[in-house]
Amino acid sequence: MSESDIVLSVSGLRKVFGTQVAVDDMNFELPAGKSLAIVGESGSGKTTVARMIVGLEKPTAGTIIACGRDRSKPSRNGAERKLRGREVQIVFQDPYSSLDPRQTGADLVDEVLRVHHGGSGDERANRVAELAALVGLDQRQMNAMPKALSGGQRQRVAIARALATDPRVLILDESVAALDVSIQAQVLNVLADIRDQRGISYVLISHDLAVVRQLTDEAIVMQRGVVVERGVTSELLDNPQHPYTKLLRASVPGPGWTPQRARERAAAV
Amino acid sequence: MSIEILDPVAEVIDNAPANRRIPKLGFLGWLSVAVIALALFLAIFGPMLAPYDPTLSNLSYSNVGPIAGHPLGFDDQGRDVLSRLMAGARTTIFGAAFVSLIAIFVGTALALLTAWFGGKTDTFISAALDVLFAFPGILLAVVAAAVFGPSLLSAGLALSIAYSPYVARVLRGAALKERAMTYISALEVQGFGAWRLTLRHLLPNISALIVAQGTILFGFAMVDLAAISFLGLGVQSPNADWGVMVSEGKTSLLQGYPLVSLSAVVCIVSVVAAVSFLGDRLESNSRGGNR
Amino acid sequence: MSELLTVTDLTVRLKMDSGMREVITGTSLSIAQGEAMGLVGESGSGKSMTAKAIARLLPDGAETLGSVVFDGVDVLALSGDELREHRAQVAVVFQDPRAHINPVRRIDDFMTESLRTLRNVPKGDARTRAATALEEVGIDDPAKRLRQYPHELSGGMLQRVMIATALLSEPRLLLADECTTALDVTTQAEVMAILDDLRRERGLSMLFITHDLELAGAVCDRTTVMYAGQVVETREARLLHGDPLHPYSAALVDARPDIDSTADRLRAIPGRPLSAFEAPSGCRFATRCSFAQDSCREHEQVITELDGGFVRCERAIELRGKVREGAHV
Repeated sequence: MSESDIVLSVSGLRKVFGTQVAVDDMNFELPAGKSLAIVGESGSGKTTVARMIVGLEKPTAGTIIACGRDRSKPSRNGAERKLRGREVQIVFQDPYSSLDPRQTGADLVDEVLRVHHGGSGDERANRVAELAALVGLDQRQMNAMPKALSGGQRQRVAIARALATDPRVLILDESVAALDVSIQAQVLNVLADIRDQRGISYVLISHDLAVVRQLTDEAIVMQRGVVVERGVTSELLDNPQHPYTKLLRASVPGPGWTPQRARERAAAV
Repeated sequence: MSIEILDPVAEVIDNAPANRRIPKLGFLGWLSVAVIALALFLAIFGPMLAPYDPTLSNLSYSNVGPIAGHPLGFDDQGRDVLSRLMAGARTTIFGAAFVSLIAIFVGTALALLTAWFGGKTDTFISAALDVLFAFPGILLAVVAAAVFGPSLLSAGLALSIAYSPYVARVLRGAALKERAMTYISALEVQGFGAWRLTLRHLLPNISALIVAQGTILFGFAMVDLAAISFLGLGVQSPNADWGVMVSEGKTSLLQGYPLVSLSAVVCIVSVVAAVSFLGDRLESNSRGGNR
Repeated sequence: MSELLTVTDLTVRLKMDSGMREVITGTSLSIAQGEAMGLVGESGSGKSMTAKAIARLLPDGAETLGSVVFDGVDVLALSGDELREHRAQVAVVFQDPRAHINPVRRIDDFMTESLRTLRNVPKGDARTRAATALEEVGIDDPAKRLRQYPHELSGGMLQRVMIATALLSEPRLLLADECTTALDVTTQAEVMAILDDLRRERGLSMLFITHDLELAGAVCDRTTVMYAGQVVETREARLLHGDPLHPYSAALVDARPDIDSTADRLRAIPGRPLSAFEAPSGCRFATRCSFAQDSCREHEQVITELDGGFVRCERAIELRGKVREGAHV
């Protein structure tokens, strides 16, 4: 794989809050069109990694390079900020707080397009319709206020917003975790389709190993800010090596699963 | 790709009462609206509609009670009380509106600044506000009168400055909460600038609280301006003002003619009550229905 | 097995802005002494409202029809002291422990309050009992935990405190409402193991409410699936996953990604979950069901017994063994 195929590269990434090391020495490379999972439980630092990549948190040390440009320092001006916005986007977990309650989906996407590209009203309207079709929302839903939409529909609007500027990388920060099972499957399918059509790359931040298996090619397991295991997702889940990965895998209920207390489990692993 | 989305609930919700344009106010709410409308009408047209010259005194009518053509009688200087009430509405209402608008503007600006930048900006502005909190509005107005001479303008400005910390403190909390919403983060990641985010997204989402704060302040301002005029540091006699009328009425009051003070007090209290009630109602409506 | 709890034909309507809205329609279920019943469904299915009706925790102005009988007593008719006694016997553990605990009071106060005030247990005794209960849910050094404040404990630890507190009133039925949903998976496994042990040791009955069919399947004896305010299937928990009777149960199993294999495409259920008051007439799942035909939409569906389970689908016999394959189409 050549250098130019890497759309996101993170090296030596570190974040310290006060005396707490949230992320320590994180490294990975994400090729175009591939998907990477960052797996961990609360306090593992996985969300902090996501926030640093999109610029909502400033790294203590390390570099983040997206589409060949360094984004580990705050952007110097509006143009650079917008350029970064066109390279990497994010979809958050909570579909209820992630939309402005006073703006319809269509207005939201239109505003993003206007800020980035300008263009005529007609051009933007066409693009809004195109994005709505991509995420599976009809006209009426795009023109509804967020409070009239269900959680799954709101999350589709959030995905449309993130895709409006055609980013190369999309960070999915637990984006399907809060959705009902039947809706979660719809959104995961939409995400898979978008990847096939657009060649976009995903970084999926998740604690849900089944979702990770469904959507990603490679996975990184984090525990207390440190990467404990990484590899091809299917191999990592079928044959975990690190004790923590084994513990995570063994905690997932399924047919034949019986819950065990930590002590018994530690003995079994 | 075809995912069929069947969604009857969106229709159900579209017709829900939470969405209708006319707010649900109840009888007292609409009564408040009526009182405010009347007050505004008087503030604009009162001086022109007053049946007699509000400053023309005729000592032979001093402290004469209601007679034909003068339903509220005369004050101790023999001026028509109804005319003075109507003429005084302008300075009283617009004075209070001026004070609350300036306080809301300054307070909102400070709240948005602290919420947006956080960190040191927040600490600095909050500390400065704490210092201002130590000065009661009236005291500041007295100082202003001493320095710039007694006038409605200096009293009003002093009150505005004294009120803005209250506004800033209340709105800061709301703005911080809104700032932490992920929709703001998502738009930040899009590369939106601070101006667009605060003015087009953050501000509209705390607007209900701003309106509510404004109405509460309006009530305070009316009472405080009246008190300042009562002390002789605001509107100057012989100009009519409700606060001045309460003050001037005290001599009549002592002589057994309460109507002068009383009519002005009733006007002040009803407008203050109406505005506060409406603000309260609007705020609780918006809290119930927004998200 | 003798039934400890029998819910028969329970219908609940709640007072909302726009009038009374039905949230549960004709729900029936029973739990035997020592049995764990899973209650599975998506948003609006009415699973939480069922639990609230059993514990008599419905919001003001709620209307209930049908009956809830706990240990021979009609729960819906209780009031005053009898109602308090009922709530002591039926303990509830909710999803978010932090929302149900006073943050400025010590764990000690929180745990012993009802013992001291309702049962007049002396403070020292109450504290000893609280410490024993904490040990029972696997918390080390209970004396130290009792002195701490809620914010000093992790979510998993706090949820164990909630369970221990529920145990203090010596309940016979535990209503666990999504009580592990907010926890990390490793903590979830731990809490589930504790609940499992308690059930065996104390003969506690349990209604385990969850959106996670596999979790219910792993820890419950039987599972009830609800959709749009109705029970659509009740079946032995270990069979529900591999051999469901109702198309909705099958679709739920199929929609979940599999941790052991990557599907080409997930078999999503079209549309979104409905609440009872928005459901269509006839079969409530018909709008999303891949097996629906005209007759399904025309008739109200009734619960029938099939292969040791209960199912609300007129095509259940005809589709026996095919509902999961059918979803592949």
